[in-house]
Amino acid sequence: MILSVRDLKVSFNTEAGLVRVLDGVSFDVAEGEILGIVGESGSGKTVTMLAVMALIADLNARIEGSIRFRGRELVGLPAREIRQLRGRDMAMIFQDPMTALTPVYTIGWQIAEQVLAHRKVTRRAAWDRAIDLLAEVGIPRPEEAVHRYPHQLSGGMRQRAVIAMALTCNPALLVADEPTTALDVTVQAQILDLLRNLQAKHGSAIVFITHDLGVMAELADRIMVMYAGRIVERAPADALFADPRHPYTLALLDSIPPLEGPRPHRLQAIEGAPPSPLFRPRGCAFAPRCRSAFAACAQVPALRGAGHEVACHLEPGT
Amino acid sequence: MVFAILQRLAQMVFVMVGISMLVFLIFFATPGVDPAARIAGRNASPEVLEAVRISFGFDQPFYIQYLTMMQKIFVTGDLTSFVNRGWKVVPAVLDTIPVTLSLVFGAAVLWVVFSVIIGVVAAACRDRWPDKLLMILGLIGISMPVYWLGEVMNLLTQSRFKDTWFLGWVPPLGYVPFSESPKGWFLALVIPWITLSILYIGLYARVLRASITEALQEDYIRTARAKGLSETRILLVHALRTSLIAFVTLFGLDFGALVGGSALLTEVVFGLQGVGKLTYDALQNLDLPVIMTTVLYASFFVVMANAVVDVVYILLDPRVRSA
Ligand SMILES: Nc1ncnc2c1ncn2[C@@H]1O[C@H](COP(=O)(O)OP(=O)(O)O)[C@@H](O)[C@H]1O
Ligand SMILES: [Mg+2]
Repeated sequence: MILSVRDLKVSFNTEAGLVRVLDGVSFDVAEGEILGIVGESGSGKTVTMLAVMALIADLNARIEGSIRFRGRELVGLPAREIRQLRGRDMAMIFQDPMTALTPVYTIGWQIAEQVLAHRKVTRRAAWDRAIDLLAEVGIPRPEEAVHRYPHQLSGGMRQRAVIAMALTCNPALLVADEPTTALDVTVQAQILDLLRNLQAKHGSAIVFITHDLGVMAELADRIMVMYAGRIVERAPADALFADPRHPYTLALLDSIPPLEGPRPHRLQAIEGAPPSPLFRPRGCAFAPRCRSAFAACAQVPALRGAGHEVACHLEPGT
Repeated sequence: MVFAILQRLAQMVFVMVGISMLVFLIFFATPGVDPAARIAGRNASPEVLEAVRISFGFDQPFYIQYLTMMQKIFVTGDLTSFVNRGWKVVPAVLDTIPVTLSLVFGAAVLWVVFSVIIGVVAAACRDRWPDKLLMILGLIGISMPVYWLGEVMNLLTQSRFKDTWFLGWVPPLGYVPFSESPKGWFLALVIPWITLSILYIGLYARVLRASITEALQEDYIRTARAKGLSETRILLVHALRTSLIAFVTLFGLDFGALVGGSALLTEVVFGLQGVGKLTYDALQNLDLPVIMTTVLYASFFVVMANAVVDVVYILLDPRVRSA
């Protein structure tokens, strides 16, 4: 296992009181696999992976539980040591490529900066590495592109540059937080292809976050569905699509437009909105929106099962 | 980029010509007022009025009058005051420029250096006690009126502690030209520099702290953290660098205004014969040629400072370059 997260709890001390955003999240990422995390926005996907990267800068945040990266405990590790891992052994790509790069430096400068932060090489070598990386992510004429400023590139090209930067040190773990959400559809497909190819070539493990299950179908090995700060279902991708069990997963699948054939008149949206972390129901957080809710749902269901895990009282054996 | 800079400079010249026309019209073409009587000053004799009329071409069309005036100010430099008979205005204004420039330039160095240090330190410890302390000090600096502070400084350096070892080095009030004695120039200006800069140190430190704090919320800072950069590097190379754009704008405006005469109070308190002081005296005697020249000079400086800001902008912010 490259990453083992156990019982991760993240809370924020806000004016409205202590808000528990993640409530006991446990998962593993194996060497070289692609793990997908899905869920509506606000379900805690970003916070989970920010916690893993030790990137929650908020001073009011409280992080409990255990995060082991290659067997090494990250919770409580001094900032200096985590910094050496970040950008070298684990890297993260964010949602919006428009704002993810510092506007006043060229692409090449920003990639070289990361090279120099982790490797003892000359500026020249760092710059050459930047050109190689840009070529690898499919940016045309990379020896010119290194001199471009972020605002001079299109959204898709910018996201490629961000990916190039993340790959600088061949990280063992790459976290991609909705990397295609801000891009238009054709560009989305290209970026997904790129990630797939890079994964095949370098074998890094990827954690891919999205709110769109459709994107996952071809990309992920395993999928983890999150709702209101907990994992509600986890299974290998084909098993999840063939046999979705949690009512929330079913609802998510209903809201994907079909790839072929006419678009349905209206997509089935899940009724209601996810609960704010301030007013989470006591039992199963999905119960108020669930058509099959019954008395047992006043208790939080545990995530159980072998291979295909579900947190729902409808599951046999609970 | 070079083209953008040249374009900006050409624009500056254009604006200056426009301003000179506007100022001329306001001063001399206000309907119902005899410009000759204004230039001649109070209680002028008919002979003087006549002399003024001929000298400035007030019997000729406007554009000739304008050109005559511009020639007197910029080409021949022989514009004379009629309030102080025969006093050459242009050399008098030129004499005050080094004084004001020395004062404002030195103060600007102080305020940029200290406000950047304070702003960065405060942003680095935001919401902890060093930040709170520095920001309160900044607020105190902003609230102290410069003439009051100047008088206090004078009281301390010119009488109270005049003969002590720690303030005894302060020379008497007044300006010493750099060419005469660099050391004397420096010593004479230290106290005025400090006095003038304190307000701006407080102001700029607070502005910089706010814009760095804002920059630190940006997505690209999170990217920088994800790259594994040190907090110091993130603060200085990413957050401070992007915050400088706002800082420079403010600086250009304030610097231009100060050189253009806003340092008046400091000049008066410390007996420095600068542009502000000259304008102030001319206003008291309604000495129109002097006022006209200093107003022109002041507006030129503001325009020039703006042009310099824009050029620095082009250097600082690549997004402006291509636009
Ligand atoms: N700094 C913070 N302070 C308080 N609440 C936060 C903070 N960051 C995130 N949250 C809350 O955590 C929840 C999960 O957010 P997030 O992980 O960004 O969701 P997702 O990525 O799944 O859309 C949201 O309800 C959000 O309001
Ligand atoms: Mg998110």
